[in-house]
Amino acid sequence: MSRQELLSPEGLRVDGRRANELRRISCRASVLSSADGSAYYEQGNTKVLVAVYGPREPRAKAQFNHDEAIVNVEFNVAPFSTSERRKRSKGDKRLLEISSFVKQTFEGAIQRSVYPRSQIDIYIHLLQHDGGTLETCINAATLALVDAGVAMADYVCACTAGSIDDTPVLDLNGVEESSIETPDLTVAILPRTGNIALLQMESKLHTSKLEDVMDLAVEGCKHIHKKLDDAVLNAANDLASKLGR
Amino acid sequence: MLKNKSFVKRTRKGNIVRTVKEHYLRDDIVCGYENCKHAMCSEHPKGPLSATPRDSVQWGPHYLVPDTNAFVNQIDIFERPVINDVVVLSTVLDELRGLSMAVYNRVRSILRDKDRHWFVFSNEHHRETFVDRLASESPNDRNDRAIRVATKWLTAHLQDAGIKPVMVTNDEDNLRKARADGISACRMDECLRIYSEHPELLDMMGSVNLLEMDNWGGYPEHLTSVQIQAGLKASVLLQGTLQIAPYNYLEGSIYTKFPDGKERRVLIVGRNDMNRAIQGDKIAVKLHPRSQWRKAPSAALVDEDEDAVPDITKTACEAAIVPDTSSKASVAAAAAADGNANGERASKRARISEKGENDDSAASVAQDTVDPKDVTDGLLADEGEPTGYVVGIVRRNWRSYCAFLDPNFASKGARASSGPAAVSVLAMDRRVPKIKIRTRQLDILAGQRFVVAIDSWPKESRYPQGHFVRALGDAGDKSTETEVLLLEHDVPFQPFTKNVLSDLPLEGSSWLFDPERDQVSCGKRRDLRDLDICSIDPPGCTDIDDALHAFELPNGNYQVGVHIADVTNFVKPSTAMDKEAAHRSTTVYLVDRRIDMLPELLGTNLCSLMSNVDRLAFSCIWEMDQDANIVNVKFHKSVIHSKASLTYEQAQNRVDDPSMNDSITKGIRTLNMLAKKLRKRRTESGALTLSSPEVRFRLENDSQDPVDVEMKALKETNALVEEFMLLANISVAGKIYEHFPDSAILRRHPEPPAQNFDNLQQALKHLGIQLETGSSLALAQSLDRAVLPDDPYFNNLLRILTTRCMMQAQYFCSGTCTPEEFRHYGLATGIYTHFTSPIRRYADVMVHRLLHATIDRDATFGPELTDKTKMSEQCDVLNHRHRMAQQAGRASVELYTNLFFKGKTVEEPGYVTQILQNGFSVLIPSYGIEGVVYTTGKDSSSGPAVLEYVKEEHKLVSSDNSSSIELFQRVRVILQVDDKPVSANVSSMRRKLSLRLIEPQIRGISVTSDDLKLLRAAAEESRKAKMSDEKIIEMVSKHPDQVKTV
Repeated sequence: MSRQELLSPEGLRVDGRRANELRRISCRASVLSSADGSAYYEQGNTKVLVAVYGPREPRAKAQFNHDEAIVNVEFNVAPFSTSERRKRSKGDKRLLEISSFVKQTFEGAIQRSVYPRSQIDIYIHLLQHDGGTLETCINAATLALVDAGVAMADYVCACTAGSIDDTPVLDLNGVEESSIETPDLTVAILPRTGNIALLQMESKLHTSKLEDVMDLAVEGCKHIHKKLDDAVLNAANDLASKLGR
Repeated sequence: MLKNKSFVKRTRKGNIVRTVKEHYLRDDIVCGYENCKHAMCSEHPKGPLSATPRDSVQWGPHYLVPDTNAFVNQIDIFERPVINDVVVLSTVLDELRGLSMAVYNRVRSILRDKDRHWFVFSNEHHRETFVDRLASESPNDRNDRAIRVATKWLTAHLQDAGIKPVMVTNDEDNLRKARADGISACRMDECLRIYSEHPELLDMMGSVNLLEMDNWGGYPEHLTSVQIQAGLKASVLLQGTLQIAPYNYLEGSIYTKFPDGKERRVLIVGRNDMNRAIQGDKIAVKLHPRSQWRKAPSAALVDEDEDAVPDITKTACEAAIVPDTSSKASVAAAAAADGNANGERASKRARISEKGENDDSAASVAQDTVDPKDVTDGLLADEGEPTGYVVGIVRRNWRSYCAFLDPNFASKGARASSGPAAVSVLAMDRRVPKIKIRTRQLDILAGQRFVVAIDSWPKESRYPQGHFVRALGDAGDKSTETEVLLLEHDVPFQPFTKNVLSDLPLEGSSWLFDPERDQVSCGKRRDLRDLDICSIDPPGCTDIDDALHAFELPNGNYQVGVHIADVTNFVKPSTAMDKEAAHRSTTVYLVDRRIDMLPELLGTNLCSLMSNVDRLAFSCIWEMDQDANIVNVKFHKSVIHSKASLTYEQAQNRVDDPSMNDSITKGIRTLNMLAKKLRKRRTESGALTLSSPEVRFRLENDSQDPVDVEMKALKETNALVEEFMLLANISVAGKIYEHFPDSAILRRHPEPPAQNFDNLQQALKHLGIQLETGSSLALAQSLDRAVLPDDPYFNNLLRILTTRCMMQAQYFCSGTCTPEEFRHYGLATGIYTHFTSPIRRYADVMVHRLLHATIDRDATFGPELTDKTKMSEQCDVLNHRHRMAQQAGRASVELYTNLFFKGKTVEEPGYVTQILQNGFSVLIPSYGIEGVVYTTGKDSSSGPAVLEYVKEEHKLVSSDNSSSIELFQRVRVILQVDDKPVSANVSSMRRKLSLRLIEPQIRGISVTSDDLKLLRAAAEESRKAKMSDEKIIEMVSKHPDQVKTV
C-alpha cells in the first residue's frame, strides 16, 4: 500500500497547513474555581485541562525539602481522548514519561527557593489527543502556574517540529506524528533569555538537520509565547473587571 | 478558516470508530496562471500555466482540467508532450493515489517537467472551492462536484485573462451538470480533435468498447474483493501471482502457501480457467477436483497463432495447442481467422493431458472442488499437481506491452478508408494474450513494432481491450528490436535528464583532485597515491570499478589493498542523480551497447580508476599472513594514483614473464599467490564452480553486425581479481552488519531444495553418476567427480544444468531475515554483500554509504539508511532490476544470435537439456544457444505426438519404443532462423531460432535427408537473393497480397 503523502509537492500538509504554520491555538486561564490556578488549552484538536494546587504543605512528610518547594506532576489521559476508547492504567510508562518531562521542565523554571517546605501540584488532564501532547501540556501548565501566581523565572513555551522528506515542519498533528519515519522534536524555551528548558526527540534525525528543525521549533515557541501572554492579560483584565476597576 | 473533517471508519481490528481531523481552508492558494493580476496571485511566484495556451475554435485559448478517470484511462495520451497547460486538481490527485499509484506517479513526473506547463490547483484546501459532502451524495458524486466547483472558480478567476478552463470527463452525467453550471466541458475524444495534427492521439484513447458480437458465452464473473478476502481468510481460495510458462502460454501457475504451511504450485491451465488473468496479476484461485489434477510435465506451445480460444464448455483442462512452424499453418490460421472455422479448429486441438476425462462440463467443475485444507504431500504423490481456476483478481499488474499486428489483419488487403478499425495485436511477450485495439493507421502498423496498453478485459470479450501507445519502428530492425527488448525487460534506457546531469560536478571532465575539498587535509581521506596500485580488467573496459595493490610488510606479512571507485563522493543521497541511479539500479550490458546506471562522465571518467590520474577511492586494506589469513582489516576513503590499467592477458603475461621484476608485477605475483590460497580454502569449505554457456560476439565495426561467436575465456588473473573482490565483499558485509544489524544490505543465496535436482538425478542415474546435494561442499565434490572420459564437455554441461537447479541469489535487508538465512550457498560464506562495483550496481552504492557511516560518524547519509522498510523496498527494486538486466542481456544475445544465423543453415551437435511434454530443449555448446525441438511434428494438428512422455523415467519415447530422447543425450540438429518475410506469420515476427532434429532419426520429427538437401539449397538461395529485411517490410506494407505467396 502507498504511504500517505504528508507533505505534498505543492507545500501543503494533510490538514492544509504549510510547513511552517502552527495549528490554531486557543486558551483560557482560570477555568476552575476550586484550584489555585487552572488553564484550558487547545492546539488544533489536542485539548488539555490543567489544575495547579499550591504552594501548599507537602502531603508526604518524608518528601519535604527544607530549602525549596517540590513539584509534583500528575498526567492523565481521558479514555475518550482518542477515537478508539482506551483506558490507561496509572503506571502506564508513556504517562509517567510525560509527567516526568513536565516535572523536570518546571523544576528549573519555578523559583522553588521562594517556597521552602512546600509542594506545588500540577494535575494535567488530556481531554482530546491529536499529536503534540508534551508541548500542549507544558504550555497549559505554564498558563495555570501563572494563574496560580507561582513565582517563575519566565514563561515556559514548548513547541514540536519534525522533518518530512527533509523539510522541517512545525507542530505535528496526530497523523504526522504517528508516521514512523517522521522524527518529532519537542523544544521548550524560556522566551526572554531564549534558554532551552527541554529538548526531547522521538525517532531519528541526522545531526546535520537538527539545527534547522530546532530553529523552526524555537520560532514556534515565540508565537506561542504571545498567545500565552494574551491569555494571561485577558485573565487579568477579566479579574480586574470583576473587581469593579 | 478552520473546518473539522469528521468521518467514520473501520479500524484494523474491525471496530467502527469516528475519526475527526482538522482541515484548514486557505485563502492563499494561487491559480497558477503566470500573468495573473489578482492581488493574492501576484504576490506569489509566477505560476507555470502559460499565458498563451493552445487556441481552439470552440473555447479559444484554454486550459484542460481533466477528471480522475481521464487520467486513469488516458495517461498515455497525457504523457505526450503535445498536451500542455493542464490544471490538475488536488481532488483528482487524491483520487488517483487511491486508484493507481502507478498513474499517480506518472502524473507527478509530468508535473515536474517545467516545459509542460502543468499545474496542481489545491482546490481541496482552497476556501472557495472546498465542498462538503452532502448527505445524499456518494463520495464519487462529491468529488465530481468538487471538480466542477473548482473549474467554475477558475473560469471566473481567469475571465479577465481571456482563458477558459475546460473540464475533460467521459462521464455523461457530469458533463450535463457542468454544462448546466455554465462550465466548458467536453469528452476526451472531443478534446483530442483539437490536436488535429496528431491523429494518433485518437488511437491512443483507452477504454473504447471493442466488443465483437458472436455467440460466445463469455468468461465467468469475478468475485468482488470482499468475497475474495473472505474466501482467503476461510482458506477456500488461494492467492498468488500468475506466472505463465514461457513455453506454453495456456499454462499458468501460482506458488502459494497452502493451509498446512507448505509452499506448493497450483497449475491453471487454459484460457477459461485463467479467466482474464494476465501474466503477473495477483489472483485468487480455487482448486479443481482431484480427477483433474495433472500428472505429466509441461507441454510446449509455439505461438498463439490460432484465433479461437477453446470453447467454453470443453476447456476444463485443455493443455496443448497446435504448434506452428510452417507457413502453411499460418495461412490456414488466416483463413480460420475469418470466423468460420472456430469450432472445427478447437476440436482439432491435440490433447495431451487428461485423456478421456474432459467430458466434465465447466458447470460441474465449478461446484466440485477440493478444499485447499485437504491438500497434503501424500495426496500430491497420488494425484499429481493440483490444478485450479481463477475466481477473482486481487490486483492487476498490467504494464504496456511491445506488440505487433496480428498478421491475419495485416493481410486483409488494401484498406481504403482511414477510419478506425478494430484489430488484434500480439505481444512480444508470448505469455500475454492477444490484445484488441482500434487503430486508424493499419497500413503503417503492419510490419512494425509498437507499444500497446491494456485498458480492460470485460467478461464478454475473449481478449483484453487496449489502445495503441506509440510506434517503435520496423520489425527486424536492430535498433527497434533492441528497444523492444529494453522495454520488455523494464529497463529504463532514456538518456539522463537535465536534472540528473546538473548534479554532476561543475568542473566536468576537467575535475581534479583537491586535497582541501576532498577532505584529505582534514584527515578524513587517506593519501595512498604513493602505493603501486594497478587495475586488472577485461580488454576494452572503460568503467574501472576496482584496483589492487600488495606488498610485503617488514614483519613478513603482506599488506593487500582493494580500492573501489568512490562513487558516493559524487552521488549524494536524495539528489536527482541518486534517485535516478536507485531507479535504474544497475548498468545493463547488451551485446552492442551499455545502458549506464550513472552518467557517462562519472562512470567512465571521474569514478573510473584509470591509470596515471588521481582518483578517489574507498579502500579496504588487509594485513595477511603467509597463508592468506586475515590479521586485520581497515576501511577508509582514500585517493589513489593507479600506475597501470592492465587487461587480464597483460597481467597474466607479467606474472609469467620472469624478466619482469618491477614492483607492480611483484605485487600481482603476491596477489596471485594469496589468491590461490584463498581459493583453495574457499573450495574446501564448499564454494561451487558453476557454469553458464556464455558467448561473446565479434561485431563488425561499422554496422555492429555480428561476425562471429566465441565463448568467453577465463584466465588465472580473472580468478585473482575475483578472489579479492569476494574477500572485500565478505569483509565489508561483516562490518556493516555489525554496525547496522537491522538495515544492512546483504546478498544471500538460499540452499536449493533437494527436489530441484530430481529430474537431473534421474538422468544421471543412467550414467552411473550420483549428485550429493546435501551441502554445497558435497555438491561441489560430486560435481568434480562427475566426468565422462569420452565426453569432455559433459562436466561443463552438468554444471550448467546444476546452475539451473539453484535458487536465485538476492539482495535483502538484514533486518528482514534471521542470521541463519544470510548464508550464500554458492560462495559457501555465512555473510556476503556487493561492495566492489558501485559504478554499475546501486546495491554497492548503498553499501558504500553504510560503510562510510560506520567509519565516519560525521558522514551525512539519507535517512533511509537506517529505515528497515525503505531499505527492503529498495532491495526489491534491486532484485527486480538485476533479474531484468540479466534477462535483457540474454535476450540481446539471442537477438544477435538470430541476426548471426539469418540466412544461414548450420548443422551442429547438441545436448538435450530439458524434457517437455511435447518437445525437448537442446543446447548447442559451440554457440551457447538453446532451443526447443517440438515432438508433435509438422502435421500434428490432426495426429498424436510422435514421442510420448514417460514420467517414471523422465524421457520421451516413440510409440513403437524404438527410439527415445532423454536428458544429456547427444543429438545433431540443424539450426536456422526463419527466413520468411517478416510479418507474414507469427513465428517470424517473434524471430525464433528454429531447431530441427537430424540425429537420432525419429520418423515424423527428424529432418529426412531429402529435406536436409532442400533446406541447404533454400539457405543457399536466400543468401543469393540477398533480400534485406527492410525491403521485405516495404513489400508487406505496400503489397500485402504478394508477400503471402513468397
